[in-house]
Amino acid sequence: MIDPRYSIINQRLEKIRRIIAVSSGKGGVGKSMVSTALALSLANEGFRVGLFDLDFTGPSTHIILGIPKNVQPREEKGIVPPIVYGLEYMSLVYYVGDNPAPMRGGDVSNALIELLSVTQWGALDFLVIDMPPGIGDAVLDLMRLVQRIEYLIVTTPSLLAFEVVKKQVALLCELKMPILGIIENMKMSKSDAIAKETIMLGIKYLGEVPFDAQVEASIGNPEKLMATALGSAMPQIKKALIDRGNPNVS
Amino acid sequence: MHEWALAEAILTSARQVAEQEKLKKVTDITIRVGELQQVEPQILRFALAQMKTGLFENAKFHIRKAKSTLKCRVCATTWQFSLKNLDKATAEAIHFVPEVAHTYIKCPTCGSPDFEIVSGRGVWLEDIRGAKAD
Repeated sequence: MIDPRYSIINQRLEKIRRIIAVSSGKGGVGKSMVSTALALSLANEGFRVGLFDLDFTGPSTHIILGIPKNVQPREEKGIVPPIVYGLEYMSLVYYVGDNPAPMRGGDVSNALIELLSVTQWGALDFLVIDMPPGIGDAVLDLMRLVQRIEYLIVTTPSLLAFEVVKKQVALLCELKMPILGIIENMKMSKSDAIAKETIMLGIKYLGEVPFDAQVEASIGNPEKLMATALGSAMPQIKKALIDRGNPNVS
Repeated sequence: MHEWALAEAILTSARQVAEQEKLKKVTDITIRVGELQQVEPQILRFALAQMKTGLFENAKFHIRKAKSTLKCRVCATTWQFSLKNLDKATAEAIHFVPEVAHTYIKCPTCGSPDFEIVSGRGVWLEDIRGAKAD
């Protein structure tokens, strides 16, 4: 017996130029906020962008974007993600609503493979993936199934967060997965400890995002989000991302 | 028409198998569809017929249904998935992503959503037959 879904996944993603997984070994560091702000910022620049919320048991990008509950994918030889604030947006919330989705690892894998095999993405410059925390099933599945993913890692200035992030970096390096760099989110002091440690790991430090209480107040309003310190930090992250894709920039 | 995406996956997968087995033409493809995903055999068959070219031009598709068995991880109760008591929107959500069954279905004995989908989840390519190249 063969599961036919595996054979079609890379074909479903072939019209996408670059796939960026916004990831962190640790939870609560602001991955979903960074993913959403990055996707919006790229779309505002004129790029064709998709946002895929892979945090199946704790999805939140739909709340950050303030997506109305009646927005649903269209069925056309698969599932066509609706366009929300200029983004092709996909999430399991279309199918679970506000209800909990208590899934074990094998179920997370199966749901991920299902959505990758039936979602009909358009021609995109970037697909931004909001990853679940850690290095569990979804992360391992993506590494296995989609080899051309680039990882953007989010940490906070907390030593606890960074120690876990280091493990994730070690895994990605061991598996020779491309890491775009590390973003230091919600920074509250002037310490350069994370920047130095990041450089010691041989990873690019993409900059800091100062803690801004307005980020919480912006939930549900993308325009407000882009006016916060997080939104203001996006150009430097976007530049690093675009430069990496440009063969003329070393 | 979610079945079209699945049909495309079946043919892509079947093509890979046929190439590995050096088949010059495929005569029969057997597909197993799990009850949980509620794939419509007629729509799947129609989609396959529309897409079958070249290697599959004369292939017959045999679609077999499989009962879906669920087993509670808490109290070990085993039961069969049934559309009874599920509204249309819920059934459709499970059709698109069978794992969301954990959101809507509970163990009939203890009420836990922590159950295993033992069998009959989705679509499987069961068998391919054809003629080998000379």
